[in-house]
Amino acid sequence: MNLLQSVQNTQLRTDLPPFRPGDTVRVYVKIKEGDKYRIQVFEGVVVALKRNQASSTFTVRKVSFGYGVERIFPLHSPIIEKLEIVKSGKVRRARLYYLRERRGKSARLKEVGRDTREVDSNQSESSS
Amino acid sequence: MVDGLIGIKVGMTQVFEENGTVTPVTVIKAGPCVVVQKKVKEKDGYDAVQLGLVEFVRPDRVNKPLAGRFEKAGVPPVRVLREFRFEDGSDAIKPGDQILVNQVFQVRDNVDVVGTSKGRGFAGLVKRHHFRGGAATHGSMFHRAPGSIGASAFPSRVLPGMRAAGHMGNARVTVRKLQVVRIMDQENLLLVKGAVPGRNGGYVIIRKS
Repeated sequence: MNLLQSVQNTQLRTDLPPFRPGDTVRVYVKIKEGDKYRIQVFEGVVVALKRNQASSTFTVRKVSFGYGVERIFPLHSPIIEKLEIVKSGKVRRARLYYLRERRGKSARLKEVGRDTREVDSNQSESSS
Repeated sequence: MVDGLIGIKVGMTQVFEENGTVTPVTVIKAGPCVVVQKKVKEKDGYDAVQLGLVEFVRPDRVNKPLAGRFEKAGVPPVRVLREFRFEDGSDAIKPGDQILVNQVFQVRDNVDVVGTSKGRGFAGLVKRHHFRGGAATHGSMFHRAPGSIGASAFPSRVLPGMRAAGHMGNARVTVRKLQVVRIMDQENLLLVKGAVPGRNGGYVIIRKS
């Protein structure tokens, strides 16, 4: 397993800030057009973070023109130019799929300050 | 140069391309291999080299005939020996030489990988030959049975080649034309695109295709 780990370690990125489900994030995505790159921003709530080494993904949900849109990003993908945490929401579970059934006022999350939380160890992923 | 190597399947994972594409890869620990014997056309009727995969083998586990051959080649004892063809004009190879991944393969090469598939035991038709089987409910009474296996009085026998239940897996399987995605020569690792037969930790042969 150690050899597999050494391959995966070459894929991991450590430059993204540690974020959690419930956080509102702004993802800067590189999009290729012809031979030029363009940056597109996708801003929304992180509803799930699935940790699996190099295959980790996270799901960002936003409501766009009245329609709920969810986008799944590979956490370690090079298409993510950068990621900003806009605000952190207070949540009591790891997967916020219940937001799909909510709209408007009930789909809001109560905000928490970053400092009130314990230090998050986002980058030191538990091995599978 | 030699046209292949012996390796150990490490497992599968995925790697990212520059543009964000995710490629599924199998990690193979390929080599290092040592030349145990060289076969020449004049003497053996064909040109080949016999390679051994370098791994730790307890010396007291090696029987005397093999130990003698390892001593003659000047190599440590190995567990797996396989023969590979080598291209003409490479007289440089002699017994005792060590062969590494980056000497044999390059990124974007196509390779064939030979392994022993996972044993499935005595498997039924649905698993072994992808028969569809019948309905599970509504009193069907025909679940995973084979159905008709031929006509009656003529020919009064089952035709050869009729697909039936039986032992599945644990057989030599070749997967052809897998692309080499990356070579990590520090760790002797070879990353090929796609799946490779056998369990993790199983021996595989990697050949140029």
